[in-house]
Amino acid sequence: MRAWIEKQHYIIDFTISSLLRRKVKNFGLLALYTLIVFILASTMFFTYSIKKEASLILKGAPEIIVQKIVAGRHDLFPLSYIETIKSIRGVAAVESRLWGYYYDSLVSANYTLLTPPGQADAADTAAVADSGASFRPCRSPQPCKSPAKTTVVENEPGDPHAADESKPLFEFNGAVLEPGTLIIGNGVARLRNIGKGDYMPFLTFDGKVVNFKIAGTLSSQSELVSADLMLITGADFRKLFGIDNSVVTDLSVTVNNPSEVAMVASKIKKRLPQARPIIRDEMLRTYDSIFNWRGGMMIVVFSAAVLAFVIFAWDKASGLSAGERREIGILKAVGWETSDVIQMKFWEGAMISLTAFFTGVILAYIHVFFTGSIVFEPALKGWSSLYPNFELTPFVNLEQLTTLFFLTVVPYTVATIVPIWRAATIDPDSAMRFTGE
Amino acid sequence: MILHPTVIANLLAAYIAGGMVLYAVFYGVQILKHWDIQNGHELQLVLERRTYLISTLLSYVFGLQLLSLFLYIFTADNLTPLFVGAMCAAGTLNVDSFGYPTLVLKIFNFILAGLWLVLNYVDNQGYDYPLIKKKYLLLAFVAPVIIVETILESAYFLDMEADVITSCCGSLFSSERVTGLGSEIASLPARPMMWVFYSAMACTLLCGIFFYFNNLGGYLYALLSLLMFFISLVSIVSFISLYIYELPTHHCPFCIIMEEYNYIGYLLYILLFGAVVSGLGVGALIPFRQVESLQAMLSGFIRKLALASVILYAAFTTLVTYEIVTSSLVISYEVVY
Amino acid sequence: MIELMNVKKVFNAGNPSEFSALNSVNLNIAGNKVTVLKGPSGSGKTTLLSIVGCMSRPSAGRVKLNGREITSLPERFLTDIRRKTFGFIFQQPNLIKGISVLDNVMLPAYPLGEKRSQLKMKAMKGLAELNIADKSASKVEWLSGGEAQRASIVRALINDPYIIIADEPTAHLDTKLSYRFMEIIEKFKSEGKTVIITSHDPLVYESSIVDHVVKLRDGQIEGKQA
Repeated sequence: MRAWIEKQHYIIDFTISSLLRRKVKNFGLLALYTLIVFILASTMFFTYSIKKEASLILKGAPEIIVQKIVAGRHDLFPLSYIETIKSIRGVAAVESRLWGYYYDSLVSANYTLLTPPGQADAADTAAVADSGASFRPCRSPQPCKSPAKTTVVENEPGDPHAADESKPLFEFNGAVLEPGTLIIGNGVARLRNIGKGDYMPFLTFDGKVVNFKIAGTLSSQSELVSADLMLITGADFRKLFGIDNSVVTDLSVTVNNPSEVAMVASKIKKRLPQARPIIRDEMLRTYDSIFNWRGGMMIVVFSAAVLAFVIFAWDKASGLSAGERREIGILKAVGWETSDVIQMKFWEGAMISLTAFFTGVILAYIHVFFTGSIVFEPALKGWSSLYPNFELTPFVNLEQLTTLFFLTVVPYTVATIVPIWRAATIDPDSAMRFTGE
Repeated sequence: MILHPTVIANLLAAYIAGGMVLYAVFYGVQILKHWDIQNGHELQLVLERRTYLISTLLSYVFGLQLLSLFLYIFTADNLTPLFVGAMCAAGTLNVDSFGYPTLVLKIFNFILAGLWLVLNYVDNQGYDYPLIKKKYLLLAFVAPVIIVETILESAYFLDMEADVITSCCGSLFSSERVTGLGSEIASLPARPMMWVFYSAMACTLLCGIFFYFNNLGGYLYALLSLLMFFISLVSIVSFISLYIYELPTHHCPFCIIMEEYNYIGYLLYILLFGAVVSGLGVGALIPFRQVESLQAMLSGFIRKLALASVILYAAFTTLVTYEIVTSSLVISYEVVY
Repeated sequence: MIELMNVKKVFNAGNPSEFSALNSVNLNIAGNKVTVLKGPSGSGKTTLLSIVGCMSRPSAGRVKLNGREITSLPERFLTDIRRKTFGFIFQQPNLIKGISVLDNVMLPAYPLGEKRSQLKMKAMKGLAELNIADKSASKVEWLSGGEAQRASIVRALINDPYIIIADEPTAHLDTKLSYRFMEIIEKFKSEGKTVIITSHDPLVYESSIVDHVVKLRDGQIEGKQA
């Protein structure tokens, strides 16, 4: 056993010196290999961490969103339907939402206008308690509780994530929304170059101009979701878009028992045939799938690059220079066996692979999480005017590294097996027949 | 099909392994036909050189098989969020009818691969390649099974469809699949299974030790180690997992390889697979004890294999017992689960 | 010690370029003697040497080493025997450029996995015996012809072989160095080793140290053995 370890030790030493003796050729290969790992790793890190962010964000979303569909298109939701929904067994709370899009031709951008939760409908405002801690979908057994019987699943005491469930998806910086004011997201602020105290003109549905004062901006931590967001009061919203008091955009429905969600959704569907319930879990799955698909698509596209690299590696491994051939001939002649030479070549491949893999992964990590995917940015941004400045939370797990390993190191290793074998089976007596320089 | 990077990695690994095996079989057939160690002609030399290639190829393939077995479970677990009702890999494997058969074949192939590697090692120790024909016959048998496994795995992944929103015009997106996929694993009652496990393990270990000292009963040991393998798998589902998860209803054998449980499953499974391969290796090699060129080493090697197998099974049992003893779960055996 | 019976070696069999390097060679090489294989180029000297030295296998015929038949041993075993039994000295020193003399000398022992410190001691001792110990750390490119030859001799001896094989050893050496070389051969003989040399240098085959001269022509041995 010890002899075997010592032997590997010798072979590794010899391999290192052999690699260093041919710096130029090996460096080219190493650089290309690292590049491939870098590209694939960047893609994966980016996709996975966005996926993770999305799923973390969506955790705070309501269990069901209900919209009204007319002829396949989204229509405004009558407030009278709310009673029907509230009467369904299992529904803990129902809240109406007011939101919409506004196109600003000055900067060719679409803003999302939203009335903060709890203010869309007069009936709901009673649930809004003190400011700062408000703007939550109401969960406490207070006025907006549905009269139907419900089962409440209590959070465990001491659960550190209990508060997260009721956190809003955006955060204020201590601003207060009053009629006639807006709270805007950072993307809008940057784009229009406006801030707190400035005025912004809007065109109402009937062609009049209305000026809104900016009361503050949303926090930059939430930029991923709030870059293009503008908070507006319910009354102002209705005035701007000409929406009647009897309708809202859609509803969010809270169901406490997770296993009841699908049941409640199907009941809503049955009682309100024009309604379309969207379940949060479905959204999560769909988002997951979209990101998976995007990530996978990129991998497939890059497979052409990986293939080219593999062919290159195969070629490099096959093309032994005369000097290399002579060297192996000498090794075989002085007493190295074919399997010893194969081992040496294997260590060569392993060293190159490991160096390239780790360098590529580290570079990709820096690229995605510290420089904000600077190489991909043009491709990702497209022509969107409102692009959030976000810093992704680093999220690298074993799955990503394993996948990377299988997509890069394995093809490289397999491509070099036959060339290695060919090199290793050089006849020992070639050294004897070599008679001149 | 779900175009997930890890799925692509799985399929790539499967196709590479399949391709290499086909390549190996093609040359292996040549070796079977023309091999003649006494002959000094060029063809024989070429064949000898080629057998190095095939050994190297297959070592890689079989190493890949082991990795891809774990990767497969890993992927299944990672795809869980995409399917309604799937809680872990156990659910994902149920998504279409190819999931579990692929897993079974993967395990089967891994064991065969391990056996091939054992045979290969022994063959290389004899100065006239005594086992070469048998080795390549085994390869000819293993290859189609690997191909079938690759096909099944492809079918499994290609057939998958996530439960996602497919059209914004639809109304209720989730189909009325309120119950979702079955994540329940059929399991045998815990207490009787514990008895079976411990008594079978005791028999196996005793037989192994007996063989190690007396060189008798090798075939019996091989058989017992195979049996023990199956019993251990069933036990993991039936009671061992309960103690690891500290939950009397969680029988899933796949979650134990996940992060939450400190990856303990990897250790358990590696010990188990190692034990069964070395145990079966004992049985596979006994017929060759009379071969002249192996006389010097074979008996010693077989005994070492048996010892390795015994040690691995013992380590497995120790780990299991440790988990049971230190678990916070107390199963009151008046109620049968 | 080494017996060859009816050995034939054919290259490119079955092709139009089929070429028979050795035809029915019968040879007996005695232990603890210096044997020289003499013959013009193309006579099959090198091929014969490589078969004798367990470097290749004959197409037909039998080879025995110390009574043990080695004709059909697979490469793995042949190499193992060769490592322990034979030391090769080539026409060219055939040292690996870019690594030190010491590393070059230790190279044949790597697959055996011997402990590094012991191996190093052996190597340094060997270098000292041939007076090139001071060059142990230098790169091989800096050695003179004679020094390189001596380094390759030390390499050949690292595994304590009892048969030394030299292929045209004096082809690139001047007279003085050639004589020095023959002195080294004499030392081997006095240590009980067997030496087999191929050469067409009269300085070698007419030397008094040589016990047998085997004449080769066109792949066959001429006349009776000396």
